[in-house]
Amino acid sequence: MIGRETPSAGAMQLIGSLLEQRTGQQIAANRAWRIETALKPLLREHGLASVDALVGRLIASRTGELADKVVDVLLNQETSFFRDGAVLEHLVQAAQAMQEEGPGRRLRIWSAGCSTGQEPLSLAMLLAERADAFAMPPEIVASDVSPAAIARARAGRYSQFEIQRGLPVRRMVQWFDATGAGEWVAKPDLVRRIQFRRHNLTADAPPPGRFDIILCRNVMLYFSPALRRQVFDELAGAIRPGGLLVLGAGETVIGLTERFIPSQAFRGMYVAIDAAAPLAAIA
Amino acid sequence: MKTCLVVDDSKVIRKVARHILETLEFDVREAADGREALDACLADAPDVILLDWNMPVMSGMDFLRALKEAGLPQRPKVVFCTTENGMAYIRAAIEAGADEYVMKPFDRETLESKLQIVGVA
Ligand SMILES: C[S@@+](CC[C@H](N)C(=O)[O-])C[C@H]1O[C@@H](n2cnc3c(N)ncnc32)[C@H](O)[C@@H]1O
Ligand SMILES: [Mg+2]
Repeated sequence: MIGRETPSAGAMQLIGSLLEQRTGQQIAANRAWRIETALKPLLREHGLASVDALVGRLIASRTGELADKVVDVLLNQETSFFRDGAVLEHLVQAAQAMQEEGPGRRLRIWSAGCSTGQEPLSLAMLLAERADAFAMPPEIVASDVSPAAIARARAGRYSQFEIQRGLPVRRMVQWFDATGAGEWVAKPDLVRRIQFRRHNLTADAPPPGRFDIILCRNVMLYFSPALRRQVFDELAGAIRPGGLLVLGAGETVIGLTERFIPSQAFRGMYVAIDAAAPLAAIA
Repeated sequence: MKTCLVVDDSKVIRKVARHILETLEFDVREAADGREALDACLADAPDVILLDWNMPVMSGMDFLRALKEAGLPQRPKVVFCTTENGMAYIRAAIEAGADEYVMKPFDRETLESKLQIVGVA
């Protein structure tokens, strides 16, 4: 192929460290090839011939705008409606149990690393379907480090392929409108149940107040162990003692924090321990 | 191994669907219209049916009604798979008893996801 240059090791390293500095995400060696593929549209958009040329522009540019875009396209934002749906069902049961313990209280849930919104929207649908079990509709905060992902989540607009991944058709017709252009948009009555915001788990203070439940699924897979530990500590500070943390299917807190322990009642979830009396809570 | 009956008057669509379904480890059968599909179901009901809407001889909707009337002991799951992507069509399909709905064009992930939702994949 003419004009196609393999990126230099130095360029790849700089791109990798930019991503890690901004988001904590490390690029595993076996995923390095994806960098080039992911950057291609951006190279084209900026008339750059190669990844090395991009790095040159990054070093020279004064505004962080290009760097923001690079970070955004390199983030893995893979998601779907009702991903690991059984866990979401359990979570709603856990929320119902919490409501029974504190009738009249408004529950608070945080979906951290919500990507393009399928996770909090799925949750909002489930909670709305059990509305009679809750004193008030639980508060849902949904955040992501990527401004583009959050903008998409807020718009609640999905392609035909996205809308058909994980979402049962009955829920689709109940909660979404067809735009006529082959896209589907979440009804205002659903979207208004969620507060979307940009938030970086590795750099920003958590949203204020204590949460009853935090979801942080498939976000920390490529964080270093040290960074995971740091983020678990942050999350422990943002959750009330007895609150529940939900991770992705292949993720665990074990060996990384003493602030959460596996829940006995809800498999696959972790209970936040009262930092003041950790041993009493374990016993 | 679960069985899937692919009902579509387009040979190309049947071929594409068959290919995907076989990678999902389904035993695939084919029918070119609702009439053929009904005969196939009465002879040996599949676990799930992937059903086109517009077909000669007998449409997907007419097939669905006939299938209901046939009163099979174990009614197969029915997943519509059609270019009729409007809300009115989708609602009508659900009302007629369809379990799921795939809007064409579809890919492997869509099909797999919908088959999981109806509990056969
Ligand atoms: C693979 S998606 C998972 C989305 C959803 N939680 C799920 O499980 O389907 C991971 C998301 O985490 C976000 N993310 C990555 N690093 C982050 C950070 N440091 N702070 C907040 N979000 C981050 C990414 O932008 C991406 O949208
Ligand atoms: Mg047809």
